[in-house]
Amino acid sequence: MENSLKLFSKKGFYNTTIPDIAKAMKMSVGNMYNYFSSKEELAKYAIKYSTNILAAELREINQMDISSKEKVYLFVKNYFENVKNSPEVVEYFLRVYLSNREVFKEGCEGFLCVGEFVTEVMILLDEGAQNKEFREQDFFPAFAMIMGCLGGFAFLSGEAVLDKDLLEYSDPIADNIYRALKYEES
Amino acid sequence: MKSHKPTIVWYQAVTCNGNTHSLLSASSSRLELFLNSFDLIYHPSLTIDTTLDDILKLKDIDFLLVEGAITSDEKYYSINQNSTKNILEKLSQKAKYIISVGSCASYGGVHKKFEQNDDILGVEEIIDTKKYKNLKHEIVNLTGCPVHPEWILQTVFSLNSFSRMSLDDEKRPRELYSNLAHHGCTRNEYFEWKVEGDFGQKEGCLFYDQGCRGPMTHSSCNKILWNDVSSKTRAGMPCIGCTEKDFPRENMLETKKNIGIPLDVPLGIPKRAYLSITGVAKTFKIDRLNKKLMD
Ligand code: SF4
Ligand code: SF4
Repeated sequence: MENSLKLFSKKGFYNTTIPDIAKAMKMSVGNMYNYFSSKEELAKYAIKYSTNILAAELREINQMDISSKEKVYLFVKNYFENVKNSPEVVEYFLRVYLSNREVFKEGCEGFLCVGEFVTEVMILLDEGAQNKEFREQDFFPAFAMIMGCLGGFAFLSGEAVLDKDLLEYSDPIADNIYRALKYEES
Repeated sequence: MKSHKPTIVWYQAVTCNGNTHSLLSASSSRLELFLNSFDLIYHPSLTIDTTLDDILKLKDIDFLLVEGAITSDEKYYSINQNSTKNILEKLSQKAKYIISVGSCASYGGVHKKFEQNDDILGVEEIIDTKKYKNLKHEIVNLTGCPVHPEWILQTVFSLNSFSRMSLDDEKRPRELYSNLAHHGCTRNEYFEWKVEGDFGQKEGCLFYDQGCRGPMTHSSCNKILWNDVSSKTRAGMPCIGCTEKDFPRENMLETKKNIGIPLDVPLGIPKRAYLSITGVAKTFKIDRLNKKLMD
């Protein structure tokens, strides 16, 4: 699956063919079709697969007995490690899922394919607000604050414009996110 | 005062009289059957030929129905220069069955919020049932603010016929309180697909913004309808959870949320599971559920 993520992110959804993927996965084209009826179906499976990896990692962090602030720091670090070690996971999200919405229109609308990950972000925010570490606000601005920031940074990293190693930015980015969410005495 | 029918004494302590009103709004045929089957020998607002003093002289009573919270503090509330607790204890020595009618009698209810007196309690908290050998059954809590009239009637009829009822951990009859107010609500489909409604409207569910406690409240309001026709949620009023121990809560017509996520989720569902199902359900925009039922 990682191989198909790589191919899709590198060549784009439309330039990648089933034979390319079959080759990358060391499978016959016929056998591929046993698993996925079309390239679209494979692309949908791939978004579930890749965000579920992130979801599982965030779930682990969510279940730790640490403050929400520490969770934000860990989550950012974890996300950047993913960007660094398996860039295909995040790049697939940015370059295929976000850029080819028409492919995901049916069967992946809304939170259908990324639900597990969004749920973990909800749990992170909910618990932080419950223990008064995060301030009260609407869900989507808070969600976009975290994910917009991480996605944007992954993009910068993908474009190779950063001066330093990606992980060196982890704490300052986490700090920005935390400050944006933080509870303030009124 | 000799009677072949089981006697009922309705004792009112610290109360707003709401449960009495509720009883009077029982379906007329059921109320008639009740009055024909039992002898309501004392109720401060319904009977005229007996006083509380007369009742205190009696040797025994079959059913003691208590409406209202109890306090031992005469400064705040007394009846005939006696505290409501003292009178309750005297009456309890005579009764075969004690039924707390409404949330105040069950747990102190609204009156427990009165900060100047921290000695306002429910019947069960204030009397030690082991002391009363006359009792044939544990105290039954009929919670609700007010309690549904039919629940009162069913309870006395059941106890009279079978001498016992199965109670839950809060001492409420299981047959009346095992369901949630959510069961039988006509808005269930809106709940499933996460479509919020407005106060007083026919359409939509009242869980997301308006504080509906139906999915966490043990009651049969939507199964045994009020006045045989309706319920709060059917009429567009959120359930405020009046049958639960934490009633009354703060800001009852608002859903308490953290960053847009409801603090409480339906009973028995882990929050993570609830959130992921909600996210998915919200994805679907079902025209039928977003339109008015009648234009
Ligand atoms: S209005 Fe309340 S009781 Fe009815 S479906 Fe919604 S949550 Fe359940
Ligand atoms: S619907 Fe809820 S608030 Fe209304 S009477 Fe029933 S339990 Fe109480």
